[in-house]
Parts: sequence; structure tokens; C-alpha cells
Amino acid sequence: MTDSTDPRVRAASARRTVRQVVLYTLLALWAVMVLFPFYWMVLTSVKSYSAYSSEYIPQFFTLSPTLQNYADAFTTVLLGRYLLNTLIFTVITTVVMVAVVTLAAFAFARLQFRGKDLLFTLFLSLMMIPNELVIITNFVTITNLDLRNTFGGLILPSVMSVFYVYLLRENFAQVPDSLYYAAKVDGTSDMKYLLKVMVPICRPTLVTITILKVIECWNSYVWPRLITDDSLYYLVSNGIQEIRENGFGRENIPAMMAAVVVISIPLIILFLIFRKQIMAGVSRSGTKG
Amino acid sequence: MKVTLQHLTKKFPSRDKKDPRDVIAVNDFDFEIPDGKLIGLLGPSGCGKSTVLNMICGLLAPTSGRIFFDEEDVTDLPAEERGVGMVFQNYALYPHMTVLQNIMFPLGNFKGDKKLSKAEMRARAEEVARLVQIDQLLNRKPGEMSGGQQQRVAIARALVKMPRILLMDEPLSNLDARLRLQTREEIRRIQNETGITTIFVTHDQEEAMSISDMIVVMKDGIFQEMGRPQDVYDDPKNLFVAKFLGTPAINVFDAEVRDGMLRIGDEAVLSVPGVPDQPVWAGIRPEGFIPDPEGPFTASLDRVEVMGRDYSIISRHPACEAPVIRSIIDSTIKIDTEAETIRFRLKPRKVHIFSKITEDRLYFDEAAL
Amino acid sequence: MERNGKAWLYLLPALIFLGVFMVYPLVDVFIYSFEEGYNSASGTSFGTGLYNFSYVLHDTYFLQAVKNTFLMVIITVPLSTGLALLISLGLSSIKALKSAFQTIYFLPYVTNTLAVGLVFMILFKKTAYTDGLVNLLIHWFGGKSVDFIDGPYWAKMFVMCFYIIWVVLPFKILLLTSALASVNENYYSAARVDGTSPRRIFFRITLPMISPTVFYLIITGFIGAFKEYSDAVALFGTDLNAAGMNTIVGYVYDMLYGDSGGYPSYAAAAAIILFAIVLTITVINLMVGRKHVTYA
Repeated sequence: MTDSTDPRVRAASARRTVRQVVLYTLLALWAVMVLFPFYWMVLTSVKSYSAYSSEYIPQFFTLSPTLQNYADAFTTVLLGRYLLNTLIFTVITTVVMVAVVTLAAFAFARLQFRGKDLLFTLFLSLMMIPNELVIITNFVTITNLDLRNTFGGLILPSVMSVFYVYLLRENFAQVPDSLYYAAKVDGTSDMKYLLKVMVPICRPTLVTITILKVIECWNSYVWPRLITDDSLYYLVSNGIQEIRENGFGRENIPAMMAAVVVISIPLIILFLIFRKQIMAGVSRSGTKG
Repeated sequence: MKVTLQHLTKKFPSRDKKDPRDVIAVNDFDFEIPDGKLIGLLGPSGCGKSTVLNMICGLLAPTSGRIFFDEEDVTDLPAEERGVGMVFQNYALYPHMTVLQNIMFPLGNFKGDKKLSKAEMRARAEEVARLVQIDQLLNRKPGEMSGGQQQRVAIARALVKMPRILLMDEPLSNLDARLRLQTREEIRRIQNETGITTIFVTHDQEEAMSISDMIVVMKDGIFQEMGRPQDVYDDPKNLFVAKFLGTPAINVFDAEVRDGMLRIGDEAVLSVPGVPDQPVWAGIRPEGFIPDPEGPFTASLDRVEVMGRDYSIISRHPACEAPVIRSIIDSTIKIDTEAETIRFRLKPRKVHIFSKITEDRLYFDEAAL
Repeated sequence: MERNGKAWLYLLPALIFLGVFMVYPLVDVFIYSFEEGYNSASGTSFGTGLYNFSYVLHDTYFLQAVKNTFLMVIITVPLSTGLALLISLGLSSIKALKSAFQTIYFLPYVTNTLAVGLVFMILFKKTAYTDGLVNLLIHWFGGKSVDFIDGPYWAKMFVMCFYIIWVVLPFKILLLTSALASVNENYYSAARVDGTSPRRIFFRITLPMISPTVFYLIITGFIGAFKEYSDAVALFGTDLNAAGMNTIVGYVYDMLYGDSGGYPSYAAAAAIILFAIVLTITVINLMVGRKHVTYA
């Protein structure tokens, strides 16, 4: 093919090659842009404090890695506590939300009741309300209920999502009616039908919702910041701010980076395991929403 | 423009993990398509017809072999340099453009001294639109048109740049039965008026037979036969071609040649001089049966269907490959529809015999009969 | 009737949570915004009117926040959308390593932005001990070092926008890549056979075909950028007013809580102003979009 003498042929194949080289170079460049902060974070976290402080010009690698910073991160500041708090918050919030959302979606998709369409329209219109608008009153409500610095205060306003009800209802509605009538004829209760038929069939959507909610919980910052000022109840995002401002002393960057690594790792592992589901889920929630 | 394919071969990497051998989509195609004709490339689904088309237009590079337009070797030329027009199976009309914009689109690609002004483009597009009779619909969008109208737009878009060759991939498959008849006449007419060498792909033998100047039959990536439709029908080179062409299909019998006679079951039905003794497949066209009380071939009569000018006689024979034998005879011949059996005499020219091993045609000397 | 009752039972938890934490607050926030001088400590106010809005609109911190937010929006929305489009186009025209690139590009979506923000901070920060990595690079290319975190306004805005783009790109790349993948290959084949240049294919075929997704990303991009807050905290710390990098949402929270907090009325007024801005921009977007977006 390459030994062709037709100039049009040679020009076309040369163009292709140049294009490919440029393309891969640019894509690789952006990949470095994305990955570099992660590399730098891990690298800095294994440099000793004294080595880091003496580097006026930052070094791109280290020959004497240390895990001391990780030990410091767990002993000097409350990193373990932050992680535990976040875990508790994430698990409870996600479980309760999936239950609440599933019940509501089932009612909208399958059950018959007066005013269903009107209610669903009202539901959907709530999707347009920005969080910033309602958070003010929620802050006052939780304060008045004396729920600041409690898991209750953290969790309660986060267990309902109109968007996920919508997403799940669309999926539930695709399950053929005939299955429902068949189950009814066999004397199956609505609840049993939901748990034994609907939930297994719509498992992929439920998994998507669960994963997206876990990511959201793990990274949530604004509400926990408003509602907790006792560091015993901080989640990781607030914890990292606390560490930055009052933790190791402002200059102990390596220890700070160790904490950052510890905080980032759970989600990255989750992502690498559920890569396909997460990307498909985000893309679907994006295009439908 | 004459198109020559020289030992054209296309292999795809295997997708089956158990069988890592390459899939050969097109195997050693070697023939010449004459200038200015309408050619039907015919074969069952998945036989590699579209692959051939995509190699001719340049969307696929052949694994080996060469392609020539007249004397020019275009094998390595990218699609955009070949100057071919292509009508895609689903038409590929740009949904966001009007009919006029769709038709003008290829003209906007011209560069240098071939570049056209907006007015020239419009004039050319309108001229082609008139040719395919959609000049009333220029401001519609493809989504607002019927399948047949979309098809015409697609043809107009392929023709507007005056292609050296026009290629069509299953041009009629997305149309309903009535439109199909109408559109295939349309294609015939447009090809006649433009005189552009046109190659179209189809799996429908009737469609190919009815409008093509020539047909090319292929199977499993292998070239079978090429010729004028009637010639190929009358003189198939092998069992596949014989079975693939014709409705109703040819009747195939498990038979034998002994002492220069074709024998089906216990009956010697036809003299086939020059064929050595061997087990064979005997193919008899539906129109090859003549009811004759003295005839050598006996079948049990099932029923008779009246089709106006013709009768269709449905009968059975244990040696027949299909459950029933279908034969078509002139309705002026009297038949006893209540009889248990029916006897036929056979027209030698409508009987083809094939080797059981190679399935190739075994020729016998008709003139000697 | 029995059927009716049961359905409401299934809906009950959802309705309670929505009522308490969404519908009631929505009404309440407007009440707050018109209660003049409401003090959450004493629970008193001295009248109703537009004073809260007037206060907020004359507050220099708010005006600074509005300026910052608008700059971030104007810079990051077009840049991130354009960059995401370029990257997605690149991704969709390669075969080898495609899925590896896709995975890497998506990583920022699943990382804690507060945590990674710290990494950006140390990369860009200039201290007494080190100039930081970015300044090292600037030196290499013969430039003068700048403190991007505590230095001049343009430098801070640069890091801010850079980080926002880094954070929002994964979502945009993902959506655009799937939009590009859903364009039927036949359109490109048809265009190629007709000798269409890559440029013309992009502007006349690809872009119109994916315009609904691009449009969706622009609208949500505007909304998201107007609500920018936590990325600023990640880079500049919680005291954004001091850093001069506060955003409108940051202003709302500062009014509500923290050292400057305790004024839910001002917070409510600011939140409503933000909502009005976002709504206006979205309506303008929709009107522009109707002309330019083609839904096939």
C-alpha cells in the first residue's frame, strides 16, 4: 500500500499518519493533566517531612519513601474518625434513600390512586428547585430540632431525591403489565411483587442509583459543613478542610497529602470495580435529566 | 466507466474466540463490469455483497487484489477521491437538512476550479430533483417524507455530482411491496437516462432479474456466475445458482444417471447423453413439466391451484428434496383434478443435473435428443 | 378505596421528606427574604420589605462574589464545553487505548474535590520554602514566579477556572462521547464518499447531530458554574471573603453560618437573587437554543 506511486494515495496515507500521531499526543497530554495531581499526591505523601521541606525545587520522585505520614494522619488528627463518620453517613443515607425512592417509584409506576398524574407533575417540577434555595430553612429547622452535630441532622435532609424517583419510575414502567396481573392472579401482595419481581428486574438501575448516591455522600461538603462544628462529627470533606487549617500545622504538606490519599482511595477503588456501571449510569442520568 | 475487479479478497479478523481463523468475506473476485450497464449483485444475506460494494466505493480497503475504474487503479485511493455516488440501505439522509440542502451537499465539497457558485449548485440540484421527480418536495426534511421519497432523495444526492459509478446498497429493502415494484422501474429509468454504470446489491433475485442488464451471483464470499439474467436462469453453472434464481424455485430430486438415462426413483425420465453413470441432483424448473398420460415421470397429485393464465400443480414424489413439487402449466391443457396420480413428460432444456460431490452442473447434449 | 390508601402508604416517606425539607423551605425562604433584620439568635424582626435585598445588593462582599461568579461562568463554560468537545472528538476517532483514556478522563468525577483541591493548591502555591511546581515550570520557560493562591487576583482566578474545568470535564466528555457514538456511521460514510472535508463533516453533520447534547451541557454548565462554591473552598480555604474569591453561593453560606453568619434573611435574599439570575440565563439559553438546536 505504501509503495504506491499515485501522489493522491501517498498524500492521504501521510495525512492519516500525522493525524494519528498528533491525536495520540494530545490525548496523552490531557491524560497526564488528569493523572498528574494524583501522582503528585501519592508522591508527596511518601516523602518525609524533612525531605519535603528541604526541597526548594520539588523533586519528581523519591528514593526513600516512608509511610510515616500515613501513621501521622491517623494519630495526629482524627482522620480515622472522619472516615468512620463518612462511612456511617454514606451507608445509612444510601440505604434509606434507596428504600424511600423505590417505594415512591413503585407507587407512581404501578399503583392506581386519585391524583397520581397531578402529583407526579408536581414531583417533577420540584427537580428544578436548586438546593441553595431550601438549605437556608433546612439549616434553621435542624438547628431548632437540636439536631446539629448528630447523624440525624446530617442524614435526614439527604434521603430523598426526586430525580432518582423519576429515573426508577421510568425503569419500573417498562416492566410489562402482564407480569403484575399474573402475580395478582397468583395472590401475590403488592409488596412481595415489588421485592421479588420489580426489584430484581430493575437491579441495574438500582445499582446505578446506589453508586451515584454513594459518590455524592462521600464527597458531600456543604450541608455537613453547615450542620457540624464539632470535629467529632466531621465527614471527610470537612475533615480535610479542618486538617488544612488547624491540623498538622500548615506546613506539614506530606501528612496532609497522606490524608488526601486515604480519603480519595475508597471511591477510586469503587470506580475501578464498577467502572462500566458508573460511567453508563452517569451518562444515562445526564441525558435523561 | 468499466469496473474491473482483480483477485479481490477481503478478510476480517475472527470474532469467534474458539475459531481464530480470519473470516473471508470476499474470496478472490475476478471479473469485469461493462460500461453503462445496470448490474445486480445478488446473493443471500451475509454473503459479502455489501463488502464488495464498500470496497468499490473505497470505504473498505481490500486485503488483497486490485480495483480498476477503466484503466485507472483506484485500489489505494480514498473514497473521497474516487468520484463514486453511493445510495445507502437506510439512505443516510442528513435529518437536519432539507431535501435541497441534502442534494446540494456533495456539490459543496468541490474545490479549486471545480468549485460552484450557490446558484449553479442550486440549478444542478433542481435538475437532478426533476430527474427523480421530487422537485415538488425540495423544502421538506427527510423525516417528513415517505420511504419511497427518501429513496429518491438519496439517489438524487448520489447523482448530483455526476459520479463515475453509482452504487446502491439494498436500495429497495426498506420499501413496502407496492413501492418496491414502482421504485425498481424508477431505478431502471434513471439508469437508462443517465447511462452511468450502476451496481446495486440485493438479496431478492426477482428484483435483480427484473431490472438488471447483468447479474452477478455470489455465495459465502465466492463468485458463482455472471451474465444476462435470462442466460443465468436458463444455464446455471451449479446447484446453488439454479436454486437461488426463479420463483417458484426449481424442484430438486435425489436422482441417478445410469446408461445415459436420468432416473428418478424407478423411472427413467430423460435421456442425458454424455453424462457418466453416477448419483446426481436433478433440478427441474416448474415450467419444465408437461402433463402427459404417457409421460415417464409419475407423481402423486396433491392439488391444482388456478392462477388465471396458468395452473400451478402441486404434487409429491419421495425423491423430491422439498415436501412438494411445484409445476406451472398452460391452463389450456386439461387435467383430471380428481386423479390420484399425474404423469409428466419433461422439457430437456428445463432439466439441469448436478454432481452430488461438487454440485457443479453436468452438461448433456440436448441437440442429440 | 382500599387500593387508594395503600398507594399513599408507599408514597408517605417520600412525601414527608419532600414536605419538610423541600416544599416548606421553599415557601419559607421567601418569607425570610422579606423579614427585615431577622436575627436568628433573638428570633425577632423589625418589619417586612425589600430591605434585605437592598442590603445584599449594596454589600461589597456580595458584589465581589457576583463579579467572581460571573467571571468563572464566562470563562469556564465555553472553555470546558469546547475542550470536552475536542477531547471527545479525539476519543471517538481512535481505537487503540480508547477505553484506557476514557477511564482516566473520568477519574476526577469520582474524586473528592475538596481533597484534590489541596493538591492543586500545593502545585500552584508559592511559599517561603518553595516556589511550587507550577512556578518551577514557569521558570523553565523563562517566566516570573507568581503566587497563584495568595497572590494577584488574575492568578487566583486562573487557578480557580483551571480547577473548575478539571473537575467538570469528565461529565462533559462522557456525555459528548456517547452522543458522538450514537451518530449513525452511515452519515459519515455518505459524506466521505462525497469527498467531504473533515472540517465540513464536523460543522455540517457532526455538530448539528449532537447539538441537543451540546446544548444540554451548556445549560447545565451555566447552572453548575453559577453555583460554584466548594472548588473555591478547596483552593482558597473557608474564608473566601478574605481571599477575595467568594462566590454567590459562598456568600449565602457565609451569611448563614460561620464567623460572619447568623443572618438567614440576607442569605435568603442572596439565594433568591442567585435563583433569579440562573433562571434568566436559562431562559435566554433556551430561547437561543430553539434557533440553533436540531432535534432529529
